[in-house]
Amino acid sequence: MNLAQLTAGSSATLKAYPQAGPAFTRLREMGLLPGTRVTLVRVAPLGDPIEIQVRGYRLSLRKAEAAQIELAPEPPAA
Amino acid sequence: MNPAPATPRSAPVYALVGNPNCGKSTLFNALTGLKQKVGNYPGVTVERKVGTAYTQHGQPLTLIDLPGAYSLAARSPDEAVTRDVLLGRRADTPTPDRIICIADATNLERNLYLVHQILDLGRPVILVLNMMDLAAQAGLTVRADHLSRELGIPVIPCEAAHGKGLIELKLALSRPDLPLPRHAWDIPAALAPAVSELQASLRAQDGKGPLVARAEALLLLTDPDPVRVAGSTPLSPATARILESWKQRWAADGTDCSGTLVAARYEAIGRLARETIVPPATGTRATDADATLLMSDRIDSVVTHPVWGWLIFAAIMATMFLGIFTLAGIPMGWIETLLGWLGEHVSALIPPGDFHDLVIDGALAGVGGVLVFLPQILILFFFIGLLESTGYMARAAFIMDRVMSRVGLNGKSFIPLLSSYACAIPGIMAARTIEEPKDRLATILVAPFMSCSARLPVYLLLIAALVSSNEVPLGTQVGLMLLMYFLGTAGAFAFAWLFKKTLLRGAPPLMIMELPPYRLPRLRDVAWQMWERAAVFVKRAGTVILALSIVLWFLANFPKPPASAEGEPPVGALAHSFAGRAGHALEPLIAPLGFDWRIGIGLIQSFAAREVFNSSMGVIFAVENTGDETTTRAHLRDALRASVRPDGQPLFTPLVCLSLMVFYVFAMQCISTIAVVKRETAGWKWPLFQLAYMTGTAWVASFILYQVGRALGF
Repeated sequence: MNLAQLTAGSSATLKAYPQAGPAFTRLREMGLLPGTRVTLVRVAPLGDPIEIQVRGYRLSLRKAEAAQIELAPEPPAA
Repeated sequence: MNPAPATPRSAPVYALVGNPNCGKSTLFNALTGLKQKVGNYPGVTVERKVGTAYTQHGQPLTLIDLPGAYSLAARSPDEAVTRDVLLGRRADTPTPDRIICIADATNLERNLYLVHQILDLGRPVILVLNMMDLAAQAGLTVRADHLSRELGIPVIPCEAAHGKGLIELKLALSRPDLPLPRHAWDIPAALAPAVSELQASLRAQDGKGPLVARAEALLLLTDPDPVRVAGSTPLSPATARILESWKQRWAADGTDCSGTLVAARYEAIGRLARETIVPPATGTRATDADATLLMSDRIDSVVTHPVWGWLIFAAIMATMFLGIFTLAGIPMGWIETLLGWLGEHVSALIPPGDFHDLVIDGALAGVGGVLVFLPQILILFFFIGLLESTGYMARAAFIMDRVMSRVGLNGKSFIPLLSSYACAIPGIMAARTIEEPKDRLATILVAPFMSCSARLPVYLLLIAALVSSNEVPLGTQVGLMLLMYFLGTAGAFAFAWLFKKTLLRGAPPLMIMELPPYRLPRLRDVAWQMWERAAVFVKRAGTVILALSIVLWFLANFPKPPASAEGEPPVGALAHSFAGRAGHALEPLIAPLGFDWRIGIGLIQSFAAREVFNSSMGVIFAVENTGDETTTRAHLRDALRASVRPDGQPLFTPLVCLSLMVFYVFAMQCISTIAVVKRETAGWKWPLFQLAYMTGTAWVASFILYQVGRALGF
């Protein structure tokens, strides 16, 4: 599962950037690191980009980038 | 405590650094007041703001407002300037003695990332925690004293928007003995040897100071692109070899140096933030600022709604556009009246002659040509200031991004392009809100395709000349106008797409945009930005526009016709002038478009402003200016219809009118736009390229239209 597949309103924990490409340095520097908790707040009206909450602030990124960020599987809801 | 190493100079240099949206400009304005200078960093299109501030004891100091940055591992030209000034790489800017970091207290963790990098530099730092009121509203308790003890630097709680904390900051500025940060963080063990080795090499081979060398070594390991990190100071071969060999080693054993380093920083920051921020009693997580976001969320669920979002967006854009398009007309009228009045008075003072004409028709008209743009610029930047300071701008980009990304631009290109329908000058100036340099350049390059208000009178005249009846059927007029607007818009998008595919190609830029919480606009900052834009326009572009206006006046008036021609209608004098000769010289080039030398003169004179075509035709066909626009246009229309080529064929056939309109859609014929593009791209390269490609496109489009039309028997 990756960040682009998250549904609005749900949270998840970042796992890894499988393609450790140079483009993702900035996303890491903005605080999106393995183990960071993110919430997908909403998707733009035309389906792209997405808005996430991370470390107490809001960030928008395109799905193309979000799809490169893997999420850790969620433990089953209690 | 460590005292500052050297006694500060008479006016010490401070740099103000912080993330975007943290209130940096507000603080800078509050500290410097009117004592600031706006210019450009030589060689790049980044704005340079320097001001004079005073300590609490009245000592002056130089304050450099560095562009907002998220990291010293710079990704944009703005961030590169911030990095280079802080690292002492720019010859044109003194290395700051001390650094004021400003951080948003409601979003401390991410804001501390940049602070953390800056502390590596080992220079005296004052940390300002801004927006303490909003943090308190969110129920957060910010223990500034704790942060101050941990970092060993003054930490000053502040509400820049309300002037709170400024006295404390100025008192800190007064301190002669600012301590150096006690900043120790554990560089991950896997990377530590590489950092030491790179640091040693940067000192020995690249001549960097010890702490700058360490900071640069860390940046080289953060950003995978060493060329980008090195910027204007390329790495010595020895250092580059060391870096390369470490990277090969890490590639072999699977170490991600960048990820490890950033994670280690966030680990240190996370600990600091957890100890500094006491969450509300009911809260569960230390970094949660849900309360602040609650209000923003309610607004966002409306403004990014699939239906309401578009309606609100359309309403705001329509208001802004109408503001530039119609509201600006009122002060523009005043400016024209004022200049007319001034012209009459000056006219009475100077005896008739060339000097008189130079002053009135050259210089004064040129000044008018500059001032007349100010209302539009002020109105547009009023709206942009409001949209930016409230936080709506980021939402507009958020909902428009999908549309603009189709042609390779991003959501922030929308407002510059929309504004260009009124006038390309404010539109191009608005492109500075786009951080990504290639997107900014592509936007600037295509903005003048949007049919601006100066083209309207030309379209109206040509449409009137084109139909056979005296009353233009409304359907025809609206249809043709819409067609022209459509052609320009399509051209803009097509070329934006083409440029992003070819000339401005590169890795697709990351569209990573912060969506700041909604805030009440600060009218003082909005007014300040309007003033700043207007001043920059008058100073930087105004001078070029004035000079070029005088050149155009000269070309249209010299050389004078021989004495025998005195008293002839002005058309003789115009034909004899350089502009007239240029019209003749141009004729072979524009004949395939259906234009003759007289239209050529109109095209040349249009460079002063496109609507000058109409008055130019008025002079050529000796139409009296009645002072009433509609009547004059009707007379002019009749004159155009009556005009014939030397062989007796009518000149302004419907096909020629259409061809001319299409030419006006695409051609770059505006010295003011050229001057502004020169200022915004910091050189003559892009405005000249734009002039060539747009006018080339115009020629090709008109050529195809005219030749196909002729072949079809029109």
